[in-house]
Amino acid sequence: MRNMWAIAKKELKIYFSSPTAYIVISLFLLLAGFMYYVIISNFSLLSLRAGNNPYFSSHLSLNQSVYIPFFSNAAVVLLLLLPILTMRLFAEEKRQRTEELLFTLPLTNTQIIIGKYIAAVVVLTVMLVATAPYVFYPFFITKPELAPVLTGYLGLFLLGASFISFGLFASSLTENQIVAAVFSFAILLLLWLIYWLTYVTSSMGGFLRFISFFGHFDNLSKGVVDTADLAYYVSFTLVGLFLTYAVLEVRRWWR
Amino acid sequence: MIRAENLTKYYGTVRAVEDLTMEVFDGTILGFLGPNGAGKTTTMRMLTGYTTPTKGRAIIEGLDIQKEPLRAKRLIGYLPEIPPLYPELKVSSFLNFVAEVKGLHGKRKKQEVERVISQAGLEKVALRRIRNLSKGYRQRVGIAQALLGDPKVLILDEPTIGLDPKEIVEIRSLIKSLGGERTVILSTHILQEVTSVCDSIAIINEGRLIEFGKIEEVQQKYGSASLEEIYISAISRGGEA
Ligand SMILES: Nc1ncnc2c1ncn2[C@@H]1O[C@H](COP(=O)(O)OP(=O)(O)OP(=O)(O)O)[C@@H](O)[C@H]1O
Ligand SMILES: [Mg+2]
Repeated sequence: MRNMWAIAKKELKIYFSSPTAYIVISLFLLLAGFMYYVIISNFSLLSLRAGNNPYFSSHLSLNQSVYIPFFSNAAVVLLLLLPILTMRLFAEEKRQRTEELLFTLPLTNTQIIIGKYIAAVVVLTVMLVATAPYVFYPFFITKPELAPVLTGYLGLFLLGASFISFGLFASSLTENQIVAAVFSFAILLLLWLIYWLTYVTSSMGGFLRFISFFGHFDNLSKGVVDTADLAYYVSFTLVGLFLTYAVLEVRRWWR
Repeated sequence: MIRAENLTKYYGTVRAVEDLTMEVFDGTILGFLGPNGAGKTTTMRMLTGYTTPTKGRAIIEGLDIQKEPLRAKRLIGYLPEIPPLYPELKVSSFLNFVAEVKGLHGKRKKQEVERVISQAGLEKVALRRIRNLSKGYRQRVGIAQALLGDPKVLILDEPTIGLDPKEIVEIRSLIKSLGGERTVILSTHILQEVTSVCDSIAIINEGRLIEFGKIEEVQQKYGSASLEEIYISAISRGGEA
């Protein structure tokens, strides 16, 4: 436990003493903030017009028209940015030859993997928390439903955490950070595209929705917490971590 | 004590180390000699558990490094050929990280970090980022890291490379003082280093161990020849020994 935390602390120190974490966090705030701004401006325009139409205005909901689109857009921004966060985690150890220290210290591969995973998840948490000021601002003016916003955040967190586990896996395969980022981006994009396929195929729709990250995100962003969705994210994260573990074990024989 | 049993490593068809067997007892400081590409680094990597041997076993204080890696690794301080440093970290954060992983916490961690900082002469750069250090200082940080936790076994791959003459003398006397109960293996290309620091030598060529033993004993075998002569004669005999 202490060893995992030592690794996590080391990774966090490196994240915050190099531009990586700052760039990823500010890009996220910028892109998500921009989307939020566009969505909410659009919404206030609509509400203004709806002002003299009681039927229309009774159907306007902040949750429906702002938070749901915001969360699904933020999810795409995570897909773009998290590979940049995770790319260094193993690739850089290999390139800088620090893995010769890491793998000769009294550490297990599991401790190393979980430690690095925790560090990236901490940065993800900072990213999400940092959006709270503008996301919760409307609560001071009007009364949207709180629960769907909170589950939306939970969804983003779980989604991001599974992106991170696959980013870690991609990073364990190479000593080139760019290759790691491109590869994890490709995996995530593929899973996203699979979700798009669910709109056109009906026969496989259920299955495709089941394996895609985003199918499970929909419910959460609407405020529906289904244990099946939570279990999905947990197991996908475990798959990513296990693949990383397998790579480290196999690579032991090639050193 | 370190025991290498028939250690063998092939990279594909490239033979790096072949059937290397040796026992290094407590209190020994062993100088590991051999031409470039002889297999010194590969042997050390197998002893520290970084590399998995193709064949054979590495035993540290009675523990097989492959079978009981955690317990065995706790006993080893290792300086790899390229000092393993995180350029983004400050010297002190780096040493704190290694100390924590070696199981040192709280007051003991603080004391140990301070001790190795002074042993490796790092006081002036303790708060600098490793990225900004000169080559010699990086090497010293690598040495300091290996000394943390006062390990029973030290494996140092070319420890004095890149140091200035004054520092070489200091590090050598430091290594010499480590003898006593510990077991030290250091590789080097400087024969003078072996004479001044080590009591035993191992000469390896093309992956095979050619000469091994206490320096005086080996010298006697060669008719009291100098280390230079012994080295040249041993490696020219090549891998047939
Ligand atoms: N990862 C690797 N892949 C392929 N071959 C390797 C690898 N590591 C070492 N070798 C080969 O194994 C042999 C032994 O190399 P090693 O680094 O152990 O030599 P060394 O005695 O440390 O040399 P030097 O004095 O130059 O440090 C060399 O022929 C080297 O090319
Ligand atoms: Mg070498």
